[in-house]
Amino acid sequence: MTLKRRLPEALSMSLLTALLTLPVLGVHLQVEGLKVALQGDARPVCIAMTAVFLARLFQEPLKQAYSWLNLGRLLPGPQRLATYRTPLLTLLVGAALIWPFFASRGAVDVATLSLIYVMLGLGLNIVVGYAGLLDLGYVAFYAVGAYSYALLAQNFGLGFWECLPVSVAMTATAGCLLGFPVLRLRGDYLAIVTLGFGEIVYLLLNNLDSLTGGPDGVKNIPKPTFFGLEFAREPSTPGGVTFHRFFGLDYRGGDVVIFLFLLALVLVLFILFVIDRLIRMPIGRAWEALREDELACVSLGLNPTVIKLSAFTLGASFGGFAGAFFAARQGFINPESFTFIESAIVLAIVVLGGMGSQIGVILAAVALTVLPEVARQFQEYRMLAFGLVMILMMIWRPQGLLPASRPRLELPQ
Amino acid sequence: MLKLEAVHTFYGPVEALKGVSLEVNAGEIVTLIGANGAGKSTLLKTVCGLPQATHGTITFAGEDITRKPTHLIMQSGLALAPEGRRIFPGLTVLENLHIGGFFADKSRLEADLERVYTLFPILKERRHQRGGTLSGGEQQMLAIARALMSRPTLLLLDEPSLGLAPLVIAQIFRILEAIRQEGVTIFLVEQNAHRALQLADRGYVLENGWIVLADTGANLLVNAAVRKAYLGG
Repeated sequence: MTLKRRLPEALSMSLLTALLTLPVLGVHLQVEGLKVALQGDARPVCIAMTAVFLARLFQEPLKQAYSWLNLGRLLPGPQRLATYRTPLLTLLVGAALIWPFFASRGAVDVATLSLIYVMLGLGLNIVVGYAGLLDLGYVAFYAVGAYSYALLAQNFGLGFWECLPVSVAMTATAGCLLGFPVLRLRGDYLAIVTLGFGEIVYLLLNNLDSLTGGPDGVKNIPKPTFFGLEFAREPSTPGGVTFHRFFGLDYRGGDVVIFLFLLALVLVLFILFVIDRLIRMPIGRAWEALREDELACVSLGLNPTVIKLSAFTLGASFGGFAGAFFAARQGFINPESFTFIESAIVLAIVVLGGMGSQIGVILAAVALTVLPEVARQFQEYRMLAFGLVMILMMIWRPQGLLPASRPRLELPQ
Repeated sequence: MLKLEAVHTFYGPVEALKGVSLEVNAGEIVTLIGANGAGKSTLLKTVCGLPQATHGTITFAGEDITRKPTHLIMQSGLALAPEGRRIFPGLTVLENLHIGGFFADKSRLEADLERVYTLFPILKERRHQRGGTLSGGEQQMLAIARALMSRPTLLLLDEPSLGLAPLVIAQIFRILEAIRQEGVTIFLVEQNAHRALQLADRGYVLENGWIVLADTGANLLVNAAVRKAYLGG
């Protein structure tokens, strides 16, 4: 009965779909010899029409099935997760320590990349998730960290470990410098200025040829060493010792990949530890209070200037960590690694993971870097799927994968 | 203790306070009543330095605070329970109170918590609950408790009765009396003139940015003009 009633609407909807999809899906560009020809292709349009027709016709049963399925329920709630947190983390870290020795080189490489995004996500989480300051130019700090290390290594011949604190300090300074002019801004206006800051850094890197090498970037950035032991077939300096000679192993090209992964893991754990401490300290609580109500903060004697600057500075310095490591891993950087899309991805990681939730951010970072790699075979549909996943996420879990947990209920006494 | 002398405050071109002078002495409960838009909240905000007074001087405990930045004023023994409560809805009750005690001596934190829990037992029960899940009355109590956490000598209250049921208002006013007994001076801005004047030692009436009347609470309660304008005849 209801199906009959829905039939005309379903028909008209599928016609509308045909109209909308015809110019996009119905026409293909075909190269024939030297000419490019337009070729009609009815199949995708027909598929879209059928899909819309069926979805409209069976809307009610579909809705029922959806509510019965309730995908949100499949993910654990914040309370349950909190109890398993410590054993779960230990297990995860243990698995991550052993895994690279058995996995393929490519997989370890992708995992390292995702750990870099974990670092970035955790850093931005301080600024956006905790302090509630929308920063669209976070990639600028990533770039400052990367270029600090690259240029220090190139011009002064310093190694990764000497440069890491220096580049973190430089990024923190950059964060503080950005913080000053934007102290008075809030919400959207803050977002615009930080967006501008990201672009300025990108343009500077591209055009300050004499310092940054412009679009050519910086080459031959040394890889990190293991307590002074290099990962190479032959030592780069006469008299140097390489890792495999010192331990009497055969040289394997994959060793350095595994080492980089483990190093990234250590850095992530370090950042996680520091942030975990920070948010329990009064300053962490002050960040959250600032996010909730800035005016109330001031009226309680909290200095918003100091709180905002500390959030910007600390958030930026973790971006610097990620940047320096990124430069070391790649061995080559140029401005194209620091475009706006990187800021957008890191922000997506924070929002998708659940603002202010550490584990959520880690999950989202891994998902957003590993999924595109896995889906590489789908080529141009990758971004489409990416967008689709985002939309579905916002429908099912608008507060993020694993929203920040806070005890909400009093236990019976 | 708190003294305003010929204070003018502007919002852009609009003069909200047109030379207000008033005084709050130690140990008193002083109330400021007035209609909507008279400038009551502006006066409290000016004391806190948001916005700053354009002319005149504000002294607190013998110190000129007219040009001091807000957060420093609020660290000098003054505390505000702002209009509309403005608690931190996403933080727990306990965290709200911790923020209130941000600059207080940390070794006395537990004692300070006990003190506000004694005044507001319901907050102890709800201490692990998010601020936003409290009822209106509980939120108002939290706002006052949060202000008390910095151990102020002068407590500024902006319309604590706003949007609350009469029974809850009565409860809150009883607690204000208890807070005064502990030696805290209270400056109360209210629309609920009847209750405020009953509680207060002295009162001021603000109209269009001017103080038009100043007297003891009891006298204002029977004042014909006040009765007509604010107490319903």
